[in-house]
Amino acid sequence: MKKSKNEKDAKKRYEKYVSGFTPSSRSVSNGIKAFAVGGALCTAAFLIQVFIQQSFGLENKEAGRIVTVGLIFTAQLLTGLGLYAPLAKFAGAGVIVPITGFANSMVATAMEFKSEGPVLGVGSKLFQLAGPVIVCGISVSVIIGLVYYVMGMFGLTLPWI
Amino acid sequence: MDWMEILKVFAVGGIICLIGQLLIDYTKLTPARILVIFVTAGAVLTALGLYEPLVTFGKSGATVPLPGFGYNLAKGAMNAVQTDGLMGALTGGIKETAAGITAAIFFGYVIALIFDPKPKS
Repeated sequence: MKKSKNEKDAKKRYEKYVSGFTPSSRSVSNGIKAFAVGGALCTAAFLIQVFIQQSFGLENKEAGRIVTVGLIFTAQLLTGLGLYAPLAKFAGAGVIVPITGFANSMVATAMEFKSEGPVLGVGSKLFQLAGPVIVCGISVSVIIGLVYYVMGMFGLTLPWI
Repeated sequence: MDWMEILKVFAVGGIICLIGQLLIDYTKLTPARILVIFVTAGAVLTALGLYEPLVTFGKSGATVPLPGFGYNLAKGAMNAVQTDGLMGALTGGIKETAAGITAAIFFGYVIALIFDPKPKS
């Protein structure tokens, strides 16, 4: 049975009406979840770092590096076990923006391409999302280094380095 | 360590993630672009001397999110230029972040080989 024009119009009008408030209220709750989970993740990382520093007498930088490696491993293991996706569905940017999201993206894309083999499938798709991040990040750091070098040639220094 | 310090870490980390969520919800940027924006923004802000104060204030809250990766890249490159000259611009960034990048590649590769993707329900 064909829907009458009126019915269609009503449906459209209703969808427009709903879309007027639904995304914004969802966005507010998304924002709160991202803030809370992201903040909690950073706080947990901080507490673990302080604990490692104090119990092993390590430098700030060294302890931070251990925590980073730990976060990466944990995120990737959770991704392998299929537990990261539900987490990301709930917390959104709260677990995507921290370094864990970067680590997760590598395993998530690589696993999908297992059928293409361990070299060209997993080996290359590990970088499907991480590639652009590493390429752009390293390129920018080289440009910054070069600019800083040229500045140094003219005797210019930055007080914050 | 006091409660104020922990609160600062939470607030800075939370706000950076909130910015990411706003970019996801209100722009048409793909996740890959958002990650790239965060890393490059972190590097550029570090070069301009604007990210270091945030790291001093928010500690892990500023270093654990992706701009912290950019921070380490930029800081590594500039420090290496200071000690090694021109070559430092090439070696500094990746040297500073080597542990994280290598861990992500190695663990990521092994885990992706061991586990199979969960069928989408």
